[in-house]
Amino acid sequence: MVMAASAESIAVPQSDETRARRDGFADRLFRRIVAGAGIFVLATLAGVALTTLWGGREAFATFGFKFVVSSDWDTVGKQFGALAPVYGTLVTAAIALIIAVPVSFGIALYLTEIAPPWLRTPVAAAIELLAGIPSIIYGMWGLFVFVPIMGRHLNPWLNEHLSGWPVVGALFSGTQYSIGLGMLTAGIVLAIMVIPFISSVMREVFLTVPTRLKESAYALGSTTWEVAWDIVLPYTRTAVIGGIFLGLGRALGETMAVTFVLGNVHRLSLSLLEPGNSIAATIANEFAEADSEIFRASLIALAFLLFVVTFIVLAIAKLMLRQMEKKEGK
Amino acid sequence: MFHSIRHSLTAFAVAAALFAGSAHAVDVTGAGSTFVQPIVAKWSASYAEKTGSHINYGGGGSGAGIAQIKAATIDFGASDKPLSPEELAAAGLGQFPIVIGGVVPVVNIEGVKAGEIKLTGAQLGDIYLGKIKKWNDPALAANNAGIKLPDAAIQVVSRSDGSGTTFNYTNYLSKVSPEWKAKVGEGTSVQWPVGVGGKGNAGVAAYVQQINGSIGYVELAYALQNKMAYTQVQNAAGKFVTPNLASFAAAASHADWKSAKDFQLVITNAPGDDSWPITATAFALIYKTPKDAARSKAVIDYFKYAYTEGGKAAEALDYVPLPAALVAQIEAYWKAEVKL
Repeated sequence: MVMAASAESIAVPQSDETRARRDGFADRLFRRIVAGAGIFVLATLAGVALTTLWGGREAFATFGFKFVVSSDWDTVGKQFGALAPVYGTLVTAAIALIIAVPVSFGIALYLTEIAPPWLRTPVAAAIELLAGIPSIIYGMWGLFVFVPIMGRHLNPWLNEHLSGWPVVGALFSGTQYSIGLGMLTAGIVLAIMVIPFISSVMREVFLTVPTRLKESAYALGSTTWEVAWDIVLPYTRTAVIGGIFLGLGRALGETMAVTFVLGNVHRLSLSLLEPGNSIAATIANEFAEADSEIFRASLIALAFLLFVVTFIVLAIAKLMLRQMEKKEGK
Repeated sequence: MFHSIRHSLTAFAVAAALFAGSAHAVDVTGAGSTFVQPIVAKWSASYAEKTGSHINYGGGGSGAGIAQIKAATIDFGASDKPLSPEELAAAGLGQFPIVIGGVVPVVNIEGVKAGEIKLTGAQLGDIYLGKIKKWNDPALAANNAGIKLPDAAIQVVSRSDGSGTTFNYTNYLSKVSPEWKAKVGEGTSVQWPVGVGGKGNAGVAAYVQQINGSIGYVELAYALQNKMAYTQVQNAAGKFVTPNLASFAAAASHADWKSAKDFQLVITNAPGDDSWPITATAFALIYKTPKDAARSKAVIDYFKYAYTEGGKAAEALDYVPLPAALVAQIEAYWKAEVKL
């Protein structure tokens, strides 16, 4: 029956036109649906940004530019400034990326180029499993296992050996390092959390590099490192940077794990060994009992600032990428 | 710990209960203080067994409870901090105590057991101001003869989230330390001069257990469950007392409720030789002229039940039932103020 029907429709010439019309309609519909999906992202983003801006308007109106440059967070005197959490957010995310990017690159390279084939699948599966662990688990692990290690061993060592250095010394000074809670601890926990994201993206895209290219390079006498650096990385650079952005986004916005190990205090300190605060942790901690209008408005304004911070960080990264491409004459 | 989740759960519970409420007029909803959540849940379960009426209590924090009762989306709110008579009048609300609890300083010093260290209110203030920095400070040694306090830094732990626990604790520090009052003040969250902040009672307990030489403050139940080393604190009468249900009850009965309009009284630093100085009260908020009198009556019936029959359940959860004189005063207040 079906065969007969299709044979018939092929045989009848005027159905070509209806088919073309039908296809055209389907195509337009498909386009609209896909465009709708695309606009959905923009609309959500704009909606959240506008809502947080509107919700935080009282804070911006009351404190003005001081909200961004003041580190005061006095809930009793109702003076609010976002500098300490903004600084904490940026510093912890930066530490996370400084650690996570090279490690992820190593993992991905090992899995695609060096590891024996029987090991590749289990390790890749393990990475994906790591990506699925809820952040509260990382937070609790961080607090109960990692914080004591930092407080007893790494932090005192860093403080003893590095605090005397010029410039860098300030990052490792302070008096509360033996607690183990702080920006460095939070940054390292964040790094562990974002490594699975970055490394699995890197691994996926490294696999797309044509074997031909790599083998040609090997044939010309390249070492594995040269192949990785000169062939694999340039070929996959855009996707690799996309993966890093993904990790960065997660590091900037991570809440639960950070609040466990960061110390949650609104004090601005240059030292990485001192407790601090992040935007997401501040909101999570304080929103439920924000008992005055201006307090609540300040927390929502903080959420808006997280948007702005993320946007600026991503914009700078894009600009650097473009600069890099220009240098290479692309 | 899951404040946002709890928040949305509250909203959901409130919504669900509103729909359910139209079918059974006696089911009521409340929200607010998480401090009273365990005991309200316990009372509600036994109350439902006895009467068939369900009390749905969503927690969410005192701030949320106050906001929701003002918006009239719930039948009663619960707050760890009493509202002023002016604020109550403006919103048409009445206020009365639910149950008594207490805030307890806990320390983690090697070799120091529960109840061994004695601290005065002024010393607590100085520790939290960062003025007393070491455990072997001579100021502390004066009232801790016989205990060897180590030459170790004091690591101060506070609550990072807003809470009634913090309100009562900072209220106490403000009463006993003029410098604390001037520099920091009291509130559900304050700008702590030193230390680190843990999220929730559980977070503070975890930090104190983790950090050597630390001091924090938690509700009694957390100190007991985690077997933490609580301290004795000097009360307004100059006596050092141990935190327990008896000393909380003493503070509640010595407190001057009679002259507190709308029960606006924070019973920290209460008089009496055996009173625990950082005793806390949770308060219920209801409409004085309710739109639906049956629902408000159901709320009052529920609390009547809790006062008369809920004492054992409260003590099992480390709360203190209200003293009889206070209950009588509350019942008179209901008669006089709430129009049913």
